[in-house]
Amino acid sequence: MTPAASGEAPAVPHRLIGARVPLVDASLKVTGRAEYTDDLRRPNLLVGRILKSVHPHARIRKIDVTEARKVPGVAAVLTGDRYPRTFGVLPMTHDETALAVDRVRYIGEGVVAVAAVDEETCERAFARIRVEYEPLPVYDDPKVSRNPVAVKIHERALRDTNLQKEVFQHFGDLPGAWRAAAHSVRVSARYAGVTHAFTEPHAVLAEYSPDGRLTVWSATQVPHYLHRALSEVLDLPMHRIRVIKPEVGGGFGGKSDPFPHEIACAALAMETGRPVKIVFDRDDVFYTNHGRHPTWNTVGIAADALGRFTALDVEALLDGGAWSSFGTVTTYYNGVLAMGPYQFPNFRYHGARAYTNHPPSGAMRAHGGTNIRYSVEVAVDMLAEEMGWDPTELRLRNFLPPHSTTVNEFRITSNSVRQCLLAARERSGWREKFRALPYGQGIGIACGFYISGSNSPIHFTPKFPQCTVHLKVDMDGGVTVHCGAADIGQGSKTILAQVVGEVLGIPLDRIRIAAVDSDTAPIDIGSYSSRVTFMMGNAAKRAAEDLRRQLVQAASDLTGYARESLECGGDRIYVRHRPQVGVSFLEAVHRAMEHTGALHASGSYESAPMGGTFKGARAGTAPAYSFSAYAAEVEVDVETGFVRVRKVWAGFDCGRPLNPQSVEGQIEGSIHMGLGQLLSESLNYRGPRLMNPSLLDYKIVMPQDMPEVECLLVGEDDPEGPFGAKEAGEGPLIPVLPAVGNALYDALGVRFLDLPITPDKVLRALEEKERREGRLSKPAPPAVMPVPAGGTDHAPR
Amino acid sequence: MKRKVSLRVNGEEREGWAEDRMLLVHFLRDELNLTGTHIGCDTGHCGACTVLLDGKSVKSCMVLAVQAQGRKVETIEGLEREGKLHPLQEAFREHHGLQCGYCTPGMILSSLYLLRHNPSPSEEEIRRAISGNLCRCTGYVNIVKAVRAASERMATRVEAPSTEETG
Repeated sequence: MTPAASGEAPAVPHRLIGARVPLVDASLKVTGRAEYTDDLRRPNLLVGRILKSVHPHARIRKIDVTEARKVPGVAAVLTGDRYPRTFGVLPMTHDETALAVDRVRYIGEGVVAVAAVDEETCERAFARIRVEYEPLPVYDDPKVSRNPVAVKIHERALRDTNLQKEVFQHFGDLPGAWRAAAHSVRVSARYAGVTHAFTEPHAVLAEYSPDGRLTVWSATQVPHYLHRALSEVLDLPMHRIRVIKPEVGGGFGGKSDPFPHEIACAALAMETGRPVKIVFDRDDVFYTNHGRHPTWNTVGIAADALGRFTALDVEALLDGGAWSSFGTVTTYYNGVLAMGPYQFPNFRYHGARAYTNHPPSGAMRAHGGTNIRYSVEVAVDMLAEEMGWDPTELRLRNFLPPHSTTVNEFRITSNSVRQCLLAARERSGWREKFRALPYGQGIGIACGFYISGSNSPIHFTPKFPQCTVHLKVDMDGGVTVHCGAADIGQGSKTILAQVVGEVLGIPLDRIRIAAVDSDTAPIDIGSYSSRVTFMMGNAAKRAAEDLRRQLVQAASDLTGYARESLECGGDRIYVRHRPQVGVSFLEAVHRAMEHTGALHASGSYESAPMGGTFKGARAGTAPAYSFSAYAAEVEVDVETGFVRVRKVWAGFDCGRPLNPQSVEGQIEGSIHMGLGQLLSESLNYRGPRLMNPSLLDYKIVMPQDMPEVECLLVGEDDPEGPFGAKEAGEGPLIPVLPAVGNALYDALGVRFLDLPITPDKVLRALEEKERREGRLSKPAPPAVMPVPAGGTDHAPR
Repeated sequence: MKRKVSLRVNGEEREGWAEDRMLLVHFLRDELNLTGTHIGCDTGHCGACTVLLDGKSVKSCMVLAVQAQGRKVETIEGLEREGKLHPLQEAFREHHGLQCGYCTPGMILSSLYLLRHNPSPSEEEIRRAISGNLCRCTGYVNIVKAVRAASERMATRVEAPSTEETG
């Protein structure tokens, strides 16, 4: 079934689609009325706290909680042996437990959970808990973990190493292509770990009622996976568990695993029969981490004499920390997402992810696509320089065309990367600026692409759609949308309302979004992999089209006009060629409800099978991809090493932007987060110990340091996206890092390959350059400059 | 030991009980049930808990509840007037100055403090004024836009009096 077939070309222009609609929950959020998990109040509420490991790696000899249980006000004390069943977001790599069982694997891992009347009582109980640890060898370096080790962090680690996952892929003939190459470059780079730094700390509230039902409210991106994990670990059937997602104060991938504290909280509620709430302090959030993997990677690119890329060779080593989390996916993504938006006939990847005794790494915005993209885009820039080409021209020569297939069998459909690059090049004044600005100032360009929804749901048996949406119509014509997709601030509730309102031709205030309550919402697999607008949007559109069919039938019965001649719009259903003839939406609703008393509809989305048949073939396949090209202009203070990014021109292809204001917000926020990773953010470890678990020492970009951003939305309608839309939540982060990295080279003549690029590193690099070359000078301009605005002399292959 | 704390919140006399070490933000949230003031770190770094204390913007996790005894506190709950959003609230909504909304109440209070003291701030001044409030969603772009729009709107009409003047 092709999704596009279900939609009809609109006879009237879109009213809500493409409109700059404010978030439907904005009024609640600006008044402080939006309810986040910590805002929820229940009678007889207990406070839950988790005692954490101070050891990075140790056997637990004994836990004595006898005295803690006697502290007045303590209701329950829970240790890992009570619920030892392992879980994890990926079914193949369950290696987490609600609380440590027999062993701790990182500083900050939960060991004992306490529920008491207040926080102070929990702390008093902690003081009376005796844990005997037997220290084990500590592994804090993935390069050590990949070798044979004395103690495996998990039994499931590969062979006699601490590797969690290893990937080998080879397409075409890489060594042959390398030998035949006219030009080649190789780049090795290092990336510090970074974390999401969402503003709302993790929070969960659980209540177990006397009828044997458990309710869990949690700040989660993945209510359905949480539902499954609770059921498996607590050994309760899913129908006796209700998961509710209140407002979530940001996620960015950091709330996309089912978490131990969520299960521990539920267990405390079951144990005590009273509601229990656990809210994390900020340092708990840092230790929980699941952020972007500390990474070491090497990228080689070869090209022929005509400047066509012939080979891509990628190696990556990832510090996974103590658990698997999304790590198997991350390991694949660091290779398979290296390729687009370019065409490479030969490709080789060797990736490895090591367990260490660091807090777990996981999925973070533009998961698996960010670090490797920096290395690739820097390598392309270096290749252009070696060849004497303008880097925009080299890129234009090598783009994947729309509706093509990559060597590793990704199906590419809509693709406007060329338009992105041309727009960014023209708007930024590239031609006048590249290699021409004074020393210390520079301009750079880089491209990117990202999945618009992972084609593979994490749980693929039994085969369910990735998203289903129910619509229920009230007597007064109000439409309630029941949906499991988690709005974590990205605005998915607003997109739902726009899609449903557009199809039915009704105003937004007729639409109420009920999301997410597992008792009433059908399944959506979660807010990750940039899948929500695409998959939920398609499901919602189909549900609304089903409802529209019922209403149009009713209107046809009332007016005597054929269904085909009727149109929905302006809260009416009317005759297309005689718009004054028609019925109100409400009249149609009442007619449709006659003798049933009910009016409802459902729609779902399930992506088509795709990908090759080799091992790991599905990793990175998606029903569509976003594409991007950013230009960035920088200014460096050569006295202090401080980098100021003046402006970013963000060429982005998200297909049709359903809500341009919201898309721009995603791009601006992505640029903020990407610049943080590039210039200032870093999880600093001394051995296994995290040295900066606070928002003072973990430096996100300040308001004064944000560049001006010009969004250039140049995409064309995607053939399968809802109303032609693709993702805009993660892809926009990717190109900003290498665009600025390449701009720094233009400004200073120095390649920075160790992120973050802090002022001390800039100064050191400048001192070294001056010592080596005797002076500070810009790189030479290329021989091949782009032709004037709008055109290129290189046609797509 | 708990003490009774009386203070004027959003123009209304309120009282509650606080241990000596209780933070103002916990007092507002847990004793007075004003959960619009959020906690992002409780160490003074993120600004989510910003309120106005005697008209000055403070991080309410950096103030003890007992220090607020007898003083005036303004929180996000006090900004609406007769069911109408404050121009700052309206501007944040219209200009998409928020996504997840968690930093929003603190951000609006910091902006309110700015606009009361500097009714037509430059972009630079707006950025400095909100630099104690972290936002991870918006890149601050639309927050700056919203504050500027609110300042323009407030300049063209008499600002709704502060809670202190009406309370």
